[in-house]
Amino acid sequence: MTGGGESFLLLAVFVILLVIEGLYCLILSINLLRVLLGLELLTKGVTLAIAAAGFASGRIASVQPLIITVIIIETVVVAVASGLIVAIARRHDSLSVRVTRKLKG
Amino acid sequence: MALTVVVLSVMVAAALWSVVTLTMLRAAIGLALVSVLLAVVLFTMGATLAAVFELSVGAGLIPVLFVSVVSLTRRQQQEERPMVRRIYFRRFWPLPLVLLAAGIALTFVHLPIAVAPPVQEGGPRAIFWVSRRLDLFGQVLIVVAGALGIVVLFKEGPK
Repeated sequence: MTGGGESFLLLAVFVILLVIEGLYCLILSINLLRVLLGLELLTKGVTLAIAAAGFASGRIASVQPLIITVIIIETVVVAVASGLIVAIARRHDSLSVRVTRKLKG
Repeated sequence: MALTVVVLSVMVAAALWSVVTLTMLRAAIGLALVSVLLAVVLFTMGATLAAVFELSVGAGLIPVLFVSVVSLTRRQQQEERPMVRRIYFRRFWPLPLVLLAAGIALTFVHLPIAVAPPVQEGGPRAIFWVSRRLDLFGQVLIVVAGALGIVVLFKEGPK
């Protein structure tokens, strides 16, 4: 692959498509696991956007620590959200986002 | 570049499949496939360190977490399945059309993005361990916060 503005524009199209998929899943899902899936797809889009920016500007080495930081944050968010989802499912016997409206305290 | 476009197209298709498929197990497999293809793209760009991280964590650990949650909440998933089937197609059938329209529109629209000129820089290891050393402390704090969050969630209450 060669760097430059044209390749960045091409990569940006795929970033936007991934972000659309993630947002669509995040907004329209009822199942809490699917909401987490949408968040994951959004994060993949962000990772690709950072990589594309670094690649196009010739700073791919500089953006790698940033990508690794994003991956670590993504993992921690998924781990904590998974625990929350399991706790909500056990407490309310449902995976619907509607039960989270009943949470108190 | 042609190979990257093919890989990115398959990645968007895998992401679409993971969103529209009915069972969460298939969705987790689709997510793992997206991570593998993202790692391939990162590798072709020259971001080998990030590609290895994405492959091991994004395609290895996160799908395992998803599958664990699916198995822990299997009963709730089965109870919601008839309701999900009924409303699912109504909600998600426009997504492939939205993606197709957005893809075609973005191909013809010239995005106003300015790209900075290339610069000389050190290797990723030097940047990671020397220039951005504070990031490491942040990452350690995030991992500790995540571990504490999970410990608190699974803490047994007073009996």
